[in-house]
Amino acid sequence: MPTVLVFIDHPGQALHKGQLELLTLARNIGEPVAAFNGDLTDAVRTTLGDYGVGTIYRPSADLDGALVAPKAAFVAAAAREANPAAVLLPNTFEGKEIAARTGIKLDSGVITDAIGVSADLTVTKSVLAGAYTVQAQVGRGTPIITVKANAVAEAPAAEAAVPEVATVDAGDFGPAARITHRAEKAASGRPALTEARVVVAGGRGTGGDFSPIEDLADALGGAVGASRAATDAGWIEHSAQVGQTGQTVSPQLYVSAGISGAIQQKAGMQTAKVIVAVNNDADSPVFEIADFGIVGDLAEVLPQAAAEIRRRKG
Amino acid sequence: MNIVVLVKYVPDAQFDRHLTGDPATVDRSESILSELDEYAIESALQLAEERGGPKAGNRVIALTMGPAAAATAVKKALQIGATEGLHVNDDALAGSDATGTSLVLAAAIRSLGDVDLVLTGMASTDGETSLVPAQLAERLRLPQLTFAASLELDGTTVRARRDGDTHADSLEAELPALVSVTDQINEPRYPNFKGIIAAKKKSVATVTLADLGIQAAEVGTAGAWTAVRTAEARPPRSQGTIITDEGDAGIRLVDFLAAQNLL
Ligand SMILES: Cc1cc2nc3c(=O)[nH]c(=O)nc-3n(C[C@H](O)[C@H](O)[C@H](O)COP(=O)(O)OP(=O)(O)OC[C@H]3O[C@@H](n4cnc5c(N)ncnc54)[C@H](O)[C@@H]3O)c2cc1C
Ligand SMILES: Nc1ncnc2c1ncn2[C@@H]1O[C@H](COP(=O)(O)O)[C@@H](O)[C@H]1O
Repeated sequence: MPTVLVFIDHPGQALHKGQLELLTLARNIGEPVAAFNGDLTDAVRTTLGDYGVGTIYRPSADLDGALVAPKAAFVAAAAREANPAAVLLPNTFEGKEIAARTGIKLDSGVITDAIGVSADLTVTKSVLAGAYTVQAQVGRGTPIITVKANAVAEAPAAEAAVPEVATVDAGDFGPAARITHRAEKAASGRPALTEARVVVAGGRGTGGDFSPIEDLADALGGAVGASRAATDAGWIEHSAQVGQTGQTVSPQLYVSAGISGAIQQKAGMQTAKVIVAVNNDADSPVFEIADFGIVGDLAEVLPQAAAEIRRRKG
Repeated sequence: MNIVVLVKYVPDAQFDRHLTGDPATVDRSESILSELDEYAIESALQLAEERGGPKAGNRVIALTMGPAAAATAVKKALQIGATEGLHVNDDALAGSDATGTSLVLAAAIRSLGDVDLVLTGMASTDGETSLVPAQLAERLRLPQLTFAASLELDGTTVRARRDGDTHADSLEAELPALVSVTDQINEPRYPNFKGIIAAKKKSVATVTLADLGIQAAEVGTAGAWTAVRTAEARPPRSQGTIITDEGDAGIRLVDFLAAQNLL
């Protein structure tokens, strides 16, 4: 069976949902092997085995002092070792950039934004802000594919593997920008925006008070998102921005509150399964894409809904 | 200094955008300069102006790869303030993917000789892959400072801030370098009357693949590293239910969520 190389970067104490999904997807295609950067704890190693990983490739030198280039050199070196049928990476800004450079190194095609990958390596993705769904294939080299969260339901392998560990020399990664300082962001305790099943997003219509947004997100077990008007105003951190220049999300449920629905905002959330809009202006464009729209004040509607959800859940 | 700024000609997102043909490619009939490249132009102009502008020998070269009509994107960049243009136009380029595009753009940048800085947008608003900047850095052996939310040039040292999901990085590299900028970095200026007049006198060189020493078979649909097999337009969203709050909309919202199994 061919191998499928999955890039796993700094899982910390436990593999993330997105990483488990990549491993699950890899197993639908072949035997997963991992290009692994970061601390390999016993627990993480066990989980990798549970998901069928036969070999864990680790870099022989530090990859974290410079931007993208070292990680791309490592992934390419691991791919030369493993000779996989495909390389899978997360569809983050960094994941796409690592894929981009690995593609050049391996003279291989790269496809980003995959929402599905079949066993014959046909990739499904949506393009032009969700206006089209296309099936694409890599025609040259080893397919390098960056996959969005929620492409598959993660599940461990029927039979666990005991992974071997191999060291790979990434070699000279070429000129790169030094990372002179890294500021970690405080964890919110909520699910990651791009991975969440439910996203509740607020815009200028919150007037700066995000508590009704956060309250409903917590009642639904969801993540908090925002429009650029809200992040630009400094009401919430930039990483919460959904849209063309922020995060692209495809949750089961997207609740848009106090957001008008500009084209750049829609670009990041139109592929959500169910869209709910709460806006006090009946003419807001967001209602054109809403499955359920409420013309009303978010400061009244959202708290009432959050209280009702908590009441029903008991 | 010599700054190259990449400008892509893309369909205007304010209108419906389409894929056409087989294999499907983006229909470029109603197209404009990609909105996100305006931030790169602004950054280039600010850096050039801080160093005395064109009079002090600072060049800002707007580079595009695209069909004849893509000259519009270069022209707009010249009106905003770029000093000259370079347009790679060749029939064989139609259907190029990111890897083919970066191959051609890298050759075009090399053809310019001494380049200190390559500036790009964070993503094209049609392809939206964000692959091209990283691939150019790889091909040109330049340090990449991508998704820059701030940019500073101190002598020959470039510094940028990059905001990630879980952390923010401060980056540093020596020139020559490649920088892609986000929409957080500045407020792009509009062309003014003086700029529009001045642009008429600025030169735009048009080159073909042969001029760059690239074989037609290496690019376009034929040479693409990836292929689109099928494309399907999204079925229009069916009209949803819109209600007006009469004091119980929050409850009715929960009823809707329960009916959709979303609780
Ligand atoms: C290059 C570029 C990139 C961009 N990228 C993004 C992006 O990634 N994401 C993004 O979101 N935007 C982006 N934008 C900005 C986008 O064009 C809009 O300006 C922005 O989305 C508007 O945010 P908003 O809907 O919160 O604000 P507004 O458009 O001001 O809308 C506020 C809405 O709140 C409603 N409202 C007011 N009070 C209440 C209340 N009490 N209860 C309920 N509703 C209320 C109003 O009726 C209105 O519809 C980008 C713009 C550019 C130029
Ligand atoms: N055909 C092109 N001509 C000029 N610049 C381009 C072209 N394609 C991509 N770019 C540049 O690369 C950036 C990222 O594009 P992309 O990788 O397609 O998302 C864009 O913002 C442009 O600055």
